[in-house]
Amino acid sequence: MSNTEVAVHGHAGALVEGSPYAIPSRKLTMWLFIISDAITFGALLFGYGYLRAASSDWPTPFKFTPSILNVMIMTVVLITSSLTMLGAVDSAKLGDKPKTARFLWSTILLGVVFAGLHIREWIGLIDEGVRLFQNPWGSPLFGATFFSITGLHLLHVTSGVVAIAVISRGFARGSLTAGHVESMGLYWHFVDLVWMFVVPVVYLLNISR
Amino acid sequence: MAASGASKNVIAKYLPVYFVLLGIAALEVFLAYQHFSTGSLLAILLGLAVCGGALAVMYFMHLAQESRGLFLTLIPATIFVLLMMNMIWSDSFRLLHMRPFAR
Repeated sequence: MSNTEVAVHGHAGALVEGSPYAIPSRKLTMWLFIISDAITFGALLFGYGYLRAASSDWPTPFKFTPSILNVMIMTVVLITSSLTMLGAVDSAKLGDKPKTARFLWSTILLGVVFAGLHIREWIGLIDEGVRLFQNPWGSPLFGATFFSITGLHLLHVTSGVVAIAVISRGFARGSLTAGHVESMGLYWHFVDLVWMFVVPVVYLLNISR
Repeated sequence: MAASGASKNVIAKYLPVYFVLLGIAALEVFLAYQHFSTGSLLAILLGLAVCGGALAVMYFMHLAQESRGLFLTLIPATIFVLLMMNMIWSDSFRLLHMRPFAR
C-alpha cells in the first residue's frame, strides 16, 4: 500500500470513527455548551460572593412575603417543568407526537409562569427603589449583581421557552427528531439546575429578619 | 397506547427525584430562617444545592446512564475550574477589613 493509499484510508477511517462517548454529536455539543454556561454562572455567583463579602452594608431585603414565597413557587414551577420535559423526551423517543407536543407545551406554559413570577419579583423590588446602581438600603452594587444574575437566568428561561416552541413545531412536522427534543431537555434541566444555586446564594442569604 | 403508558412510567420513575428536589428546596428555606452564622448558612445551603444539582445532572439529565468517559471528561474539569475560582475570597475579606497587602 502506497503512502497516498494509507493517507486516503486513514482519512476515511477518521471520517467514520464513532463518537468517543457513544452519543450523538448534537448531544455532546449541548453538554459542552452546558459546561461552559455552568462556568459562566459559577463566575457570576463567585463575583457576587466576592462583592457581598467585601461589603459591610450588603442589603438583606427579602421578606418571606412576597419574595421568599414567590421564589418557593417559582422553584416548584421550574422543577415541575423538568418533570414534564422528561415526559416529552420519553414520548419523543417512542415517536408519540401528540403526547410529546402536550408535554412540551406544558413545559412552555410552566416556563412562562416562571418568567411571569420572576418579572413580578423584579417589579416589586423596583417599586421599593432598587436600581442597577442604587437602592435605599446599602451597597449600591446589590442591584447590579441581583439583576445581572437573575436577569441572565431569566434570559435562559425565555430563550428556552422560545426554543422549545420551535422544537415542538419542528417535531410535530417531522423536520426535527427525538434527538433534538432530548438536547432541548438537557438545556432545560440545566436551567433548573442553575436556579437551585441562585436561590440559596442570591435570595436565602439575604432574607430580611 | 403503549407509548402513553411508557410516558406515564417515566414520570412515575422520576417522581422520587422530583420530591427529593422539592424537599431540598423546602429544607433550604427552613434553614435560612434558623440562626446560623452567614458562613455556616452558606456552607449548608451550598451543600444542599450541590446535592440537588447532582440529582438533577445524574437523573434528569441522564448522565448516570451515559458512558463513564463522558462523566469523567465533563464533571471533574468543571469542578476543578469552579474550585479555582475560590482564590478570590482572601481579597474580598481584605477589602472588607481594609487590610493592606502582606507587609
